[in-house]
Amino acid sequence: MKAVRITGLIVLGMLVVAFPIAFPNPAVTTIAVFTVLFAAAATGWNIFSGYSGYIALGHGVYFGLGSYAIALMCQDWKIPGGTIPLLLIPLAGIVAAIFALPFGWIALRTRRHAFIVITIATFFIMQLMAYNLRPITHGSAGISLPLPPPSWTGNVFNIPFYYSALAILLFALLTSWWVRNSKYGLGLLAIRDDEDRALSLGVNTGPFKLVAFVISAFFVGMVGALHAYFIGSIFPPFAFDALFDVIVALMAFLGGIGTLAGPVLGAFILEPTQQYFTLEFSNNGYYLIIYGILFVVIILLMPEGIMPTLQKYWIKVRSSGNSGQNEPEEVEKKNKKTAVLKAAKGEEKGQSHETA
Amino acid sequence: MAQLILEAIITGILSGAVYALMASGLTLIFGVMEIINIAQGALVILGAYLSYALQDKFHIDLFMGLLLTMPVMFLLGLLIEIVLIRPLKRDRTMLSILVTFAIALIIEGVLGVFFGTNYVQLHSWYIDSTIQIGDYYLSYIYIFGFVLSLILLGLLYFLLYRTKFGFGLRASMQNRTAAELIGIDVERVSAITFGIGVALAAAGGMAYGATSAFNPASHLDLISRLLVIIILGGMGSMKGAPIASVVMLVIEDVTSVIWSPVWANTVFFALLVVILLVRPRGLFGQLESRKQ
Repeated sequence: MKAVRITGLIVLGMLVVAFPIAFPNPAVTTIAVFTVLFAAAATGWNIFSGYSGYIALGHGVYFGLGSYAIALMCQDWKIPGGTIPLLLIPLAGIVAAIFALPFGWIALRTRRHAFIVITIATFFIMQLMAYNLRPITHGSAGISLPLPPPSWTGNVFNIPFYYSALAILLFALLTSWWVRNSKYGLGLLAIRDDEDRALSLGVNTGPFKLVAFVISAFFVGMVGALHAYFIGSIFPPFAFDALFDVIVALMAFLGGIGTLAGPVLGAFILEPTQQYFTLEFSNNGYYLIIYGILFVVIILLMPEGIMPTLQKYWIKVRSSGNSGQNEPEEVEKKNKKTAVLKAAKGEEKGQSHETA
Repeated sequence: MAQLILEAIITGILSGAVYALMASGLTLIFGVMEIINIAQGALVILGAYLSYALQDKFHIDLFMGLLLTMPVMFLLGLLIEIVLIRPLKRDRTMLSILVTFAIALIIEGVLGVFFGTNYVQLHSWYIDSTIQIGDYYLSYIYIFGFVLSLILLGLLYFLLYRTKFGFGLRASMQNRTAAELIGIDVERVSAITFGIGVALAAAGGMAYGATSAFNPASHLDLISRLLVIIILGGMGSMKGAPIASVVMLVIEDVTSVIWSPVWANTVFFALLVVILLVRPRGLFGQLESRKQ
């Protein structure tokens, strides 16, 4: 079982790494870059919202801050296009994380609904700032980023962006995996299940939540920075995009919120679909209608997300196959079953916290 | 200067009443159902467009048109609640945000298909002509809109505090489970509440469209303001929403006069942050009780 899993992961990793070599068509690799970027953003979002249960709907703030940070760095330090802006991406992420400290501190003074609404309000404040702080952001005129060197054209253009995005995704996944399996992550999950009880059991809830918030802002900021460099110019409504706030959450929800692979899976399904719709119907309102209907259908059909649904199904199949087997086999299967159950436990916790 | 500030305060109070209509719908829905209706802004814009279409195609007066648009929007609200919100059983708050956001996108798309993305504004004699108060000229619509809001809010308060349905509704607001236990059909109350909230959005939309230009994408700006209003007033507080609306609009108008219109929103948001630091539950909000 473990061997299968590891082999599967290696094969999947190789497929993802080899993707732009197998499909060098720029139209395809462009979609691939966006998809990997959003997978990284959704994973980052999930580190805070998925594990702590606090739904943040304003992560567009950190996306936009990352975008503006890299654009301003390139502009003020007169950095030429090429690999240097790619190296500045972590710095842009740190800028976003620094902003996340006070924002998170204020927002996390509230809980549940009020928290959600405050994150939305923060988003609109920052979008307004991007419009109004003209001396810094140039208002609605936007900022252009340096053009990549001429050697990066045709089929090669997307390659550096793709692998940079992949690096961010990998970093985010490793962090997410570490959080999930650490004592710190256990504290976050406890907050998700019952915050007051977690507090009374000695979980230092305030700093726990704030640190997760800052970590997730860091990743979303890096995604914003790479996105800005890839697009080449930024404007307030696109750097601070209200749709981004919700789409990241929807991706995590579709895949399975609070799971490691869920947000990635959600992004890999939703982002190519969205890109396709944008290409097909971008000239009229039909794009919004189709996208909205798609949203609703996903949520109504799969409110738990794909990963938890599959896991439940898997457990069902295992347990129904168990009856009427020989003794030794049954024991072996039971062991396997408990292993699967243990793996699924985190998800079950997530389901119980609302109904409790 | 003092004269200008006084005028700004009057305009703020008058237009604040219109926002109170929309925000009351939003906070009512939140109070009863514990969901945040992100589509409220889009429904307001839809109401504005319906009034616009009735006037444009059938030459129906804007206020008369409300007699038609409000029942239609009420039914639309019922439909949305029954078909899209009710099936959400677990993780209601979060999923309802996503669903209502999707509804907002669909409405925006549909409006874009029918009306295009250009800005429009409602026109009528009471919008284009002004009344003189001292040295100050004010469009009639501000006064009419204010009166309309007072009437509708009055009706709403009568419904909430003087009828049997209102008792059931407030009981559901206080404690859903307990209300169910004493025989209140909470599902039915929820559906009707959603309908009322949406019907209020229609009326608010007409008054909003009469005082400012709008296009299908205006709902994002609107919902951000409405959300801020209901946090300031205290989520689910029927008393807080109108007061917060008036406070917000007055601050905005006064800031535009003494500083610059560009910063009007920012000052209000900054004030909100300060208030939340002191009082996380808003002005009139209930303390969040522990859910078990």
